[in-house]
Amino acid sequence: MQLITVAGPPSAGKTSVILKIIEALQEDTLKVGVVKFDCLSTQDQILYQKKGIEAKIGLSGNLCPDHFFVSNVQDCLAWAQKNEFDMLISESAGLCNRCSPHIRNVMAVCVIDNLSGVNTPRKVGPMLKLADVVIITKGDIVSQAEREVFAFRVKQANPGAVIVHVNGITGQGAREVGQLFKGAQSVDSLTDYHLRFSMPAATCSYCLGQTRIGQNFQMGNVRKMDLS
Amino acid sequence: MWDHLSVMTIKQLFSSYPYAADFFSSLPNLEQSEESSVGAYFAAIEEDTLQDLGIGQQEFLEQFLSFMLQMEKLKEDKVKIESITIIGGKDKQGKAEDVELTIHAGEIVCIVGPTGSGKSRLLADIEWVAQQDTPTNRKILINGQLPDMRCRFSVEHKLVAQLSQNMNFIMDLSVEEFVSMHAESRMLENIEEVTSHIIAKANELAGEQFNPDTPVTSLSGGQSRALMIADTAYLSSSPIVLIDEIENAGIDRQNALRLLIDKQKIVLMATHDPILALMGDKRIVIKNGGINKVILTSEKERENLILLTALDRKMLAIREVLRGGGHIDEIPMALE
Repeated sequence: MQLITVAGPPSAGKTSVILKIIEALQEDTLKVGVVKFDCLSTQDQILYQKKGIEAKIGLSGNLCPDHFFVSNVQDCLAWAQKNEFDMLISESAGLCNRCSPHIRNVMAVCVIDNLSGVNTPRKVGPMLKLADVVIITKGDIVSQAEREVFAFRVKQANPGAVIVHVNGITGQGAREVGQLFKGAQSVDSLTDYHLRFSMPAATCSYCLGQTRIGQNFQMGNVRKMDLS
Repeated sequence: MWDHLSVMTIKQLFSSYPYAADFFSSLPNLEQSEESSVGAYFAAIEEDTLQDLGIGQQEFLEQFLSFMLQMEKLKEDKVKIESITIIGGKDKQGKAEDVELTIHAGEIVCIVGPTGSGKSRLLADIEWVAQQDTPTNRKILINGQLPDMRCRFSVEHKLVAQLSQNMNFIMDLSVEEFVSMHAESRMLENIEEVTSHIIAKANELAGEQFNPDTPVTSLSGGQSRALMIADTAYLSSSPIVLIDEIENAGIDRQNALRLLIDKQKIVLMATHDPILALMGDKRIVIKNGGINKVILTSEKERENLILLTALDRKMLAIREVLRGGGHIDEIPMALE
């Protein structure tokens, strides 16, 4: 079973890109499944089903989506094995830019879009910096200059990554990324695998349901801004 | 490399490698550390800071070295691309394309065919430097030879620059800031000179003038297109320019194309505008997913181009009358 973790900021075009890549892989008669991690709700299952792609949805609700991801990813892999997929793609949104769903020795992909602005590559953490492949989307609506500067900044943020442009609407570039995906390492079980980087942590009173504001109610892992 | 860099002070590092400042831009205590060595600076970064950055100490060092190495590579000279050759594959029905077409630097080739006929696939084959590994089974050669396949995934060796009608500037910058930012990313040294040159060129191409301090987002369609073309001609690292139509408004299209070929670009243009199509040296006719034929622009067609250009000028003159609030009561019929 090949596993690929795809992460990226909300609305970067992850689902569109994955759909186009799977379409290309289906032409090579590969059976690909998807697990979509989201927070509150998602309609994307319908999009996948329309294309005849088996997809499972995981909603994290009031948990940190990344922590939810890592607690479930092994079970997702087992589901994919039971269904005899050739490849499983996990899709998760990087909501705080410090998110880090990538796993050592598992192909890690970050999707990021040109519209997010040329400073964004500097602002995104391990999700981008530790990815093997960075897919840049929405290149069809910004100028060539902006595309070049954006790709340059991505390269600065992650000099070792393979950087590719994919158009989520026309699918331009998706076939090519599909070829990269086919080279992903096989995984039988994720038990004892490591995350590439620790996940963002917050164990404070607010994690436990506190809603009141004020010094007296802040307990646990609390950090203060320097406003001096 | 680390041995060499780690003993420099941060100040020395920035003056020898100005781009290194980009790597450090989001790191703390930079100003206080100017005189300390790069090695000492890295050693002093606290675990908490690294946690916030989302990276470990070892990886952070590796990333710095990899950054420096890649940035140096960007400055290296690249293989000059003199020509690309398209060797035919097959169309959607599997019928062989009987074609071997070489396009040289400074040439314009147009691509014609209805929507869905396979124009985009041809452009994608070129961008991917297809080696009989795409649905069309085409093969692309660079300078008559098999290219270095690493160019497929390389940012600095990207073969193809694209210009289309849907493209817009989205950045909140003035024209001058915008162009110089692009120039910086190309590691150029004479940024000011290049920037003012590009702005002057774009103004020559645009119907209406704009200033260096005009925000890029408030340029008109024609001005945007003019700036995009001038910027691509001078600053894009890609030797091939793909153009998807240039609307006939607010931009001198013939001079815009001339600028690109003067810069020795290979221009591929999907267009159904007769003036643009006849400006090309050749045109590729796409049918059913395949290259149906290649037409050389004939002498007769070139003569007609002069006629069409005169017609076009007439249309533009009428447009100007309209823009100036005039009446279109008379249309001069004679075409000189």
